[in-house]
Amino acid sequence: MEYKVALGPQHPALHEAVSLRMTLDGEIIRDADLKLGYSHRGIEKLAEERSFIQNIYLTERICGICSHSHTTCFTQGVEQLMELVPARRGLYIRTLIAELERVHSHLLWLGVAGQEAGFESFFMYTWRDREVVLDILEWISGNRVHYAMNTFGGVRRDIDELQKKKILDNLGLLRQRTDYYLNLAASEPTFIGRLAGVGKLSKEQAIALCAVGPTLRASGVPMDVRKDDPYAVYDEIPFEVCTADSCDVLGRAVVRVKELIQSYNMIEFILQNLPEGPFKVKAPRKVKPNEVYSRYEAPRGENVHYIKSNGSDKPERLKVRAPTLANYPATIAMLKSGFIADIPLIFAAIDPCICCAERLVQLDNPRSGESQVLSFSQLRSMANAHYKKIDLTKKEAAWPF
Amino acid sequence: MIERLVHWSRVKSPWVLHLNAGGGCNGCDIEILAALMPRFDLERFGVQLKGTPRHADVMICTGAVTLQNRDRVLRVYEQVPDPKFVVAAGACAMAGCVYRGSYHTLVGIDQLLPVNAYVPGCPFRPAALIDAVVKLLNSVK
Repeated sequence: MEYKVALGPQHPALHEAVSLRMTLDGEIIRDADLKLGYSHRGIEKLAEERSFIQNIYLTERICGICSHSHTTCFTQGVEQLMELVPARRGLYIRTLIAELERVHSHLLWLGVAGQEAGFESFFMYTWRDREVVLDILEWISGNRVHYAMNTFGGVRRDIDELQKKKILDNLGLLRQRTDYYLNLAASEPTFIGRLAGVGKLSKEQAIALCAVGPTLRASGVPMDVRKDDPYAVYDEIPFEVCTADSCDVLGRAVVRVKELIQSYNMIEFILQNLPEGPFKVKAPRKVKPNEVYSRYEAPRGENVHYIKSNGSDKPERLKVRAPTLANYPATIAMLKSGFIADIPLIFAAIDPCICCAERLVQLDNPRSGESQVLSFSQLRSMANAHYKKIDLTKKEAAWPF
Repeated sequence: MIERLVHWSRVKSPWVLHLNAGGGCNGCDIEILAALMPRFDLERFGVQLKGTPRHADVMICTGAVTLQNRDRVLRVYEQVPDPKFVVAAGACAMAGCVYRGSYHTLVGIDQLLPVNAYVPGCPFRPAALIDAVVKLLNSVK
């Protein structure tokens, strides 16, 4: 007999508000459906009301874990619109922060994967080491989470010799710990037994469903924006694209550990080859009418910002496609014919960032097929009217979706 | 006697529910987790993170409340047994932060629930959260 089970939006296994509905046959998942929108904050609409420089701070708050990814993606897009060539030293520092962020994000993910697999001490280990990266980021930027480093034409803070030395010292410690994790991931039988074969996504499926980031690379597709379409200074830095062929959660863990080691190499290279000169150049306030499409390899996969300017100091349109959104169709495919107990593990394996994925503004009228642009106050009244319409007493009786 | 015992245990081991109200950026959530991890170790004050609201004494809310999530936040609040305490953690839960003025978020969680403690910062440092929890427990004493 088939029956339906709901998971979320508030559930101990999911840290953020998202709702999963599954059709089960015994323990096996036959079908899965995702319901989104719990985290929708209307950021794209908010961006149209603010100037470009204010929008750096807004895009930073799309997501707390990959905050630098979103600002860099937005900043390099606007720099293209401004026809501005950023300072080379600034670009190097920007790339340094990006790689440090990748390290902190992957360590965070390893911990979460360990926890979902029932390996609590691994969770504690990786989060302890993550504090080292956060310390480095705090020395550079003064913040642990939102670094606020990017600005048009470069970065806002420089790095001195003392900071360089401190970072290199701490990098040695991180390298040592990561080697231990790599050995652990390759030799601990219980950990491998829990992760191997879970959440299968074949190479063909991964390409067909447009998976991105480590999810795609763990299915054996060597695709990375840093290599395919280099931005910032990635064309000058030597690194390898890490892949795995096992197509399961274990492969995704291995890809992330390998990427950690690549990131350490890149951080070392950047610090040794940091060019002299100014770290930022002056940027104009207004932007010529144009449009741009900016790509960035965030820790979770390809992040895309589309920016349209109209000659004023505010963007006419900002569209963000975060990597988690691109990975949702692949997640559904991975969940099918899996077990209930694997849901948190599979879902965690794409490193979901719900707050990244939800900002859409509906501009199409589904009945007439017309596209219209709504003002802010119209959207607000529509939202209020929609939530007033819902009968609360009736909703209590049904499943609380 | 029993009342004193209950009060003592309540102050010495508050169990915490971490609730993401929806419209946050996740930064506060990872700082809450960091506060429970080896470096800051909130557990030395007897604080334990719980998955279900029915086991919790203190509700730590992060993020601005989205309209879609408003009723769920209220439901979770109702499920926490009395006496319950709410901590609004981070600038979004306090006053909306950058999402202030959005058509889909409330300006601060205190529009919806009574709040006992506020933790400022975008995001706050784990040490600030520990300070808030200790102050809250002192006020309960």
